[in-house]
Amino acid sequence: MANTMQFDLVSPERSLASLEATAVQIPGADGDMTAMPDHAPTITTLRPGILKVEAPAGASEYLVTGGFAQINGDGLSVLAEKAIPVAEVTRSHMDDLIAEARASHEAAKAGDDQSIVDDAAKLLADMEALGTHMSL
Amino acid sequence: MPSLKDLKNRIESVKSTRKITKAMQMVAAAKLRRAQESAEASRPYAERFNAVMAGLAASVGGSDSAPKLLRGTGSDDVHLLVVMTAERGLCGGFNANIAKLARAKADELRGKGKTVKVLTVGKKGRDALKRDFGDLFVGHIDLSEVKRIGYNNAQDIAKDVLSRFDGGEFDVATIFYSKFVNVVTQIPTAQQVIPASFEETEGDDSGAVFDYEPSEEAILADLLPKGVATAIFSALLENGASEQGARMSAMDNATRNAGEMIDKLTIQFNRSRQAVITNELIEIISGAEAL
Repeated sequence: MANTMQFDLVSPERSLASLEATAVQIPGADGDMTAMPDHAPTITTLRPGILKVEAPAGASEYLVTGGFAQINGDGLSVLAEKAIPVAEVTRSHMDDLIAEARASHEAAKAGDDQSIVDDAAKLLADMEALGTHMSL
Repeated sequence: MPSLKDLKNRIESVKSTRKITKAMQMVAAAKLRRAQESAEASRPYAERFNAVMAGLAASVGGSDSAPKLLRGTGSDDVHLLVVMTAERGLCGGFNANIAKLARAKADELRGKGKTVKVLTVGKKGRDALKRDFGDLFVGHIDLSEVKRIGYNNAQDIAKDVLSRFDGGEFDVATIFYSKFVNVVTQIPTAQQVIPASFEETEGDDSGAVFDYEPSEEAILADLLPKGVATAIFSALLENGASEQGARMSAMDNATRNAGEMIDKLTIQFNRSRQAVITNELIEIISGAEAL
């Protein structure tokens, strides 16, 4: 059994990471999950959160929002709309993200589709939780 | 016959034109490299995205519960043409070629009795299509303030297109852009984004059965709008690279033409100068002989 798997993190604008990892914790839409080598093939959407990568070369963390993760037999690809290494995240990044989430929440409230409002509210809550979690 | 002074002025002016075109060519070359890099950087995302979507679409596509973005509205009476061009000219046939393709498509659709709506991205496309299809314009997106195309620009355009789709304004959306092959070749391309169509990728996932979290339908519904944004983003980047490539070769040609013109004018200038000198000599000599 392989001890590592190929891990790729790509955003539309660039490819952020491509390395061998032992375990990756993914903030899935239905809850966090950790993918290790030989995980069952899975596709999950992401909620805004922290992606934790453990690799022989050292651990790293990324802030990801939107997108999905695809786990297959020999590797894991995470396609995130926004992905920023945690070390580079600043308060202003978070403020932007929270402001964006709040704006879409407000916009959704103006409409009458309750599910969209709930989604937006959840997004906003996720963002704020993320900010607190990172103690910025 | 232009005077010596006129010729001299002419040469000077062509020389400064050449300087400008030369500078533009070099700027375009530098920008092209950057544009190409970002186009390449975006490719892995688009490829994987499409691979996953193709798999999902294949498994859900047939059912009636498939999202409208994949299935279509059931008719194809109203077409939205999203014409993406540059904000600036002086790039050879780049803008004209895209406009030409869009125009041909619009004419074809109208010939079949469909309704056509046009959304332009980039000033030049709007200018080119205004005369023929001015009454079909439903909107315009201005990117002239944008220095570097980012994913959020594509998201904005996608949001605009999707809200129109949700509002039932159109059934089929096609984007027009120019695919970058190399500096001298850019292919104007039309790509249908709504309803989404995905090329089947071969052997990639070798039929692995995936667990989906949440359900396949929910993922698909979540990802399809992102697919539109992704398609638009890659199109914008291809367009960016194509624009700079086209401008570079156009400016290269212009620089060369200016050089040829300068040579020609210089020869003409020298000939006239010689003629003037000869004339003066004849006048002096015949004056001296008359004494």
